[in-house]
Amino acid sequence: MNAQTSDLTTREMSYAEALRDAMEIALERDERVILMGEDIGVYGGAFQVTGDLVHRFGEDRVIDTPISELGGAGVAVGAALTGLRPIFEFQFSDFAMLAMEQIANQAAKLRYMLGGEASVPLVIRMPAGSGTGAAAQHSQSLEAWFGHVPGLKVVQPTTPADAKGMLLAAVEDPDPVIIFEHKLLYKMKAEVPEGYYTVPLDKAEVRRTGEDVTIVASGGMVPRALEAAEAAAAQGHSAEVIDLRSIRPIDRETILSSVRKTGRLICVYEGVRTMGVGAEISAMVAESDAFDFLDAPILRLGGAEAPIPYNPDLERAAVPQTADIEHAISRLMRREV
Amino acid sequence: MTDTDNKPFALRKYTAEELKSALYKMHLIRLFEEGAEDSYTRGLIHGTMHLSIGQEASAVASCMPLSDSDYITSTHRGHGHCIGKGADVKRMFAEFFGKEDGYCHGRGGSMHIADVSKGNLGANGIVGGGLPIATGAALTAKRLKTGAVAVCFFGDGANNEGAFHEALNMASIWKLPVVYICENNRYGMSTSTERSTAVPNIADRAVAYAMPGVTVDGNDFSAVAEAVETAVQHARDGHGPSLVENLTYRWRGHSKSDRNRYRTKDEIESWVEKDPIKRFRAQLIEHDVLSESEADAIAEAAHREVQDGIAFAQASPAPSTHEVTRYVYGEAQA
Repeated sequence: MNAQTSDLTTREMSYAEALRDAMEIALERDERVILMGEDIGVYGGAFQVTGDLVHRFGEDRVIDTPISELGGAGVAVGAALTGLRPIFEFQFSDFAMLAMEQIANQAAKLRYMLGGEASVPLVIRMPAGSGTGAAAQHSQSLEAWFGHVPGLKVVQPTTPADAKGMLLAAVEDPDPVIIFEHKLLYKMKAEVPEGYYTVPLDKAEVRRTGEDVTIVASGGMVPRALEAAEAAAAQGHSAEVIDLRSIRPIDRETILSSVRKTGRLICVYEGVRTMGVGAEISAMVAESDAFDFLDAPILRLGGAEAPIPYNPDLERAAVPQTADIEHAISRLMRREV
Repeated sequence: MTDTDNKPFALRKYTAEELKSALYKMHLIRLFEEGAEDSYTRGLIHGTMHLSIGQEASAVASCMPLSDSDYITSTHRGHGHCIGKGADVKRMFAEFFGKEDGYCHGRGGSMHIADVSKGNLGANGIVGGGLPIATGAALTAKRLKTGAVAVCFFGDGANNEGAFHEALNMASIWKLPVVYICENNRYGMSTSTERSTAVPNIADRAVAYAMPGVTVDGNDFSAVAEAVETAVQHARDGHGPSLVENLTYRWRGHSKSDRNRYRTKDEIESWVEKDPIKRFRAQLIEHDVLSESEADAIAEAAHREVQDGIAFAQASPAPSTHEVTRYVYGEAQA
């Protein structure tokens, strides 16, 4: 972990608890920090991430917005522009489409359009991803949409410790940061450092070292890639797993140096495969000196070319599963691609 | 009745110096835009622009109650608001010319001029884009107890955007210190308010958000100043938002692509006769705030400032093409 810790003692907590811990620390540290979102007050948030923070910090700082995604996001943009440090929760990342104007046209561009004379230190939290049976409008992985916008920073923490440290780093950042939180990760538990620390917003992390193939995974795909790597080891294939963590910017050097070592690359991401995060990583490697180290074609495993379906079997079929990754490793090692 | 009772609101409220300065700013807006238009015609400026000629009273009178610590958000037709809030014409012209000395170092152009140090959070290329942003600025003012008020300029076209309704509702439930000023110039590009808007007056919509709403003659400096002073005081006193509708008219087309197919010459002429600058000037002379020759001198001084601004912009260096990605992110990450 790259955490710059102020206190090395750790405590086991879930991903959701780690995010809440980060918000509690941010609210304590800085009067300018406010939370905004739908039902984040007494309800505690649709996924209980804000929990009981309203009882400690009050309704002036933990603000329930009406169901007004565009207006709510815009109010957060204006507040950030004028000196507050809002953390804005979309109830589901899918609902951010209602607010794309304020995110992509305003928050992302204001600094540039105003020649560096303005700053929008806004944090946007996005519960995302499939696997909950919530179907096509509550299950998407839209990271690539936001990754396409200069001026935004886009991250996808996959561990409780990163979730906390990246959220605290985002609050300190001078620019709009979008945090994609995979809903299936909310209950995942792990040791998390106590107190204040930050995790960089622009660095990937090697979660497992290996020699034969590099798997670059993002968000909810990281635990599956680690499982698949474990299974592949039993077949004699040594897979290195990189947790991408940051979609914008992408940590080029961590990926390229791994590919130079292994000579093989699989990109695994939950968003729709076409025009996705994996396409960008694939192109990045193909355009670099690491291309000369490749022993096999690059593989992309991404979401199906379909909306996320309701039926559980269909839903699983729509996004990469552990077995799909295992199979991809095996095919790549046999050059059956 | 005393003499004081006969005076329009603005002449009772403001000093002679403040009134002269307001007249100067109105001339400056008119001449700035004529200068910009002329520079465009001569090929010195590229792109497009949206001129507010004919709407100067609304811009200047609405900024009268504001100090540098108050905020405004503006629109694509925002040069007047910018000057009303105290922007430097030199740097505005430099931005039009795409130069390094421009307010946005040549990155923004006509539609993105801002001056955050003076509380001007910027023009906006998206219709309705500023409505939630001004509301957020008011949230900051309330949360940090700065006493500031946010004034949000928008056009009649924006009143049918969802952002308008969402912003006004939130400002009302949270009692935020914000004044929404609709400059109703009768057309959203080519579509008249009669064809686009279900209520006769846009200020009628204030009822839906439980805030005061008033419609005034937007070409009458004093009427605008009175309505906005009242609304700003209401906000400063902690009573929340208001909606003010200034009825006005743009003499020019929507932008440089406008062929004027949706309105008649007679209609335009009828509004030219309601010239807000002529009216304000005549009013100031009538009430002995200034003489004819003093009024002429004010217009002449504005003319000189505009000419100096154009010369400054032409002499300013262009931004380096090596810096095309500069200002995308803050220095902390650069």
